[in-house]
Amino acid sequence: MRRGRQALLGWLYATPTAVFVVALFAIPLLLVIKMSVSKWPLLTGDQGFNAPANFEKAVDHRFFTDSVVFTLKYTVLATVLLLVLGLGLALLVQESSRWNNLLRASFLIPSALGLASASLLFYVFYSPYASPLKPLMDSWGFTFLGSPNAALFSTTFLIVWRYAGFYMVLMLVGLQGIPADVFEAARSDGATRWQTFWRVTMPLLRPTLALTTVLCVTGSLLAFEQFYILTKGGPDNSTITVVQLIYSVAFQGQNDLGVAAAISVIVLVALVVINALQLRAFRSEES
Amino acid sequence: MTVVSRTTSTAAGGGRRPAGAPRHRPGARRVSIAGIALRTPYWVFTGALALIFLAPLVWTAVASVSPQAGTNQVDGWGFGNYETLARYQAGIWRYLFNSAFVSLLTVALTLVISFFGGYAFARFRFPGKNVLFLLTLAILMVPYATLLIPLYVLLNEVGLANSLVGVALVLTMFQLPFSTFLMRISFEAVPRELDEAATVDGCSSFGALWRVLLPAVKPGLITVGLFSFLAAWNDFFAPLILINDTERMTLPLAVSNLRGQVQGVVDYGATEAGVVILALPCIVLFLLLQRHYVRGFMSGALKG
Repeated sequence: MRRGRQALLGWLYATPTAVFVVALFAIPLLLVIKMSVSKWPLLTGDQGFNAPANFEKAVDHRFFTDSVVFTLKYTVLATVLLLVLGLGLALLVQESSRWNNLLRASFLIPSALGLASASLLFYVFYSPYASPLKPLMDSWGFTFLGSPNAALFSTTFLIVWRYAGFYMVLMLVGLQGIPADVFEAARSDGATRWQTFWRVTMPLLRPTLALTTVLCVTGSLLAFEQFYILTKGGPDNSTITVVQLIYSVAFQGQNDLGVAAAISVIVLVALVVINALQLRAFRSEES
Repeated sequence: MTVVSRTTSTAAGGGRRPAGAPRHRPGARRVSIAGIALRTPYWVFTGALALIFLAPLVWTAVASVSPQAGTNQVDGWGFGNYETLARYQAGIWRYLFNSAFVSLLTVALTLVISFFGGYAFARFRFPGKNVLFLLTLAILMVPYATLLIPLYVLLNEVGLANSLVGVALVLTMFQLPFSTFLMRISFEAVPRELDEAATVDGCSSFGALWRVLLPAVKPGLITVGLFSFLAAWNDFFAPLILINDTERMTLPLAVSNLRGQVQGVVDYGATEAGVVILALPCIVLFLLLQRHYVRGFMSGALKG
C-alpha cells in the first residue's frame, strides 16, 4: 500500500523528465536510425527503405576519409595540449593564496564565453585586416588561417584558450582528492619532487585523468563551431571535421538527410566504442 | 575571487607541499628580501600567463570602440560599430529578445524539470527509476549532430519548425543529464529526517518539497540555472539547424551571419561589438556566481 503510493508519487515527479527524455531523446534516436536506412531528401522527406545505400554513399563521400583523419589529428592535438596545460595550470595555482585565486579566475573567465563567441572573437583576432598582430603578420609574412597547418594550430590555440581553465578546475579537484599524508610519506622517504610527481601524484590522479581524457576526446571528436566559424573548412577543405561533414551533407547543397543520418550513426557507434576502450584502458592499467 | 579556495585552503593548510608547486614553506611566511627575489620570477611568469587569458577579451572590448578603417567607426572613439549592429537586418534588439527568450525559457524548463526529477530520483522508489536515470545520462553520450538531424524532422512534423520554443525545448533536453544529476545529489545531501519530520507534522509530500527542501537545494538550483543560461545563451548549433528565418535568429547566429553580408567584405568592427554583447552577460554572471560555477564543474568531476 505504502509502496504503491511511493511509486505513484515518484512517477508523478519524474514525469516531466520522462516526457522530455522520451520525446526529445529516445524517439529522435530511433528516428535517426530509421533515417539512416531510408532515402530521405531534405525537402521531400521519407521515400522508403534503401539500406545500405546511405552508408555506402557516406563512406564514399569525397570528404569522408579526409574529415575522419583531420578530426582524429585535431583530437590528439587538442587532448594532449589541454590535459598537459590543465594539469600544469592546476599545479601552478594549487596552493590557496590571494594571488592564486586571481590567477584561477583569469584562467577560468574564457570558459564562461560561448564557443561561438570565442570563435568569432578569434576570427577577428586572426584576420589579416583587423588583427592586433597585423604588423607582425606583415613583417613575417604569415597568416593565421592561410595554410592547413596554420589553421589547425590557430584553431587549437583558440580551443586551449577557451577550455584550459575548465580542465584546470577538474585537475584541481582531482589533486584535492589525494590525501596529504601520502605526500608526507614520499617526502620522508627522500623522494625528489620529480619522483613524487611521477610515482605518487600521477598514479593517484588516474580517475581524474580518465574523466578528463574521455571528456576532451569526446568534445574534440565532435568539433564543429570553431571550424565552421573560423575556417569554414578551409583552406582547400583541409579542416573539415566529421560533424561539419554531417551538417554540409544535410543542409548545404547535397540536402540528403539520409546520408547525414548514416554518418551520424557511424559517429555515434565510433564514439561509444572509443569511450569504452578508453575507460577499459584506464581500468586495466590500474589493476 | 575565490575560485575553489574552500577546498584548497584545507589542503594547503595541512602542511603538505604539493608536487610541482614552487618551493615555499607554509609555516614560515616571513617577508624577506631574498624571499621576494625568489618569488618574483614566479609572479612575472604567472602574471604573464593570466594576461594571455585576459588579453583577447580586453582587446575585443577596446577594439570595438576604437577607430578602424572599413567599419562604421573610422575616426575617433565611439559606438559606431554598435550602431551598425543595431541596424543589422532585424536589428539587435530583435536578436537580443530572441536570445533572451530562448535562454529564459530554457532556464525555467530546466529548473522545473530537474527540481522535480531530482526529487523523484533521490527520494522515491518506483519501477523504471534506474532505466530512466541512465537514459537521461545517456544523452551525454550521443553527439549533438546525431540528435539534431532527426529533431529537425520531428519539430517540423509537430509544427515547431523555425520556432524559438522548439529551440528552447531541444536545449532543455541537452541540459537534463547535468541538471538532473546535480539536483539528485543535491537532494541526497539533505538529511531524510528533514522532510520526514515535515510529513509527520502534516505536510503533504509536495508541501515538504516546497517549504522544506526547496531552500535546502537552492545552491544546486542556482548552479543548474547558471549553466543552462550559459549553454542556451551561447548555443550556436541548435538554432543554426532549427531556425532559418532571419527574424527568429538568436544573437550568436546573427553575429556570425553578419560577417558575410556586405558584398563579401567583413565588417570586423561590428563583429567585435557583437562579441562584446554576447560575452558581457556571461562574464558578469561568472564574476557574480563564481562559486556556483566552479561547484558545477566539481560535482561532475567528483562523481563522474
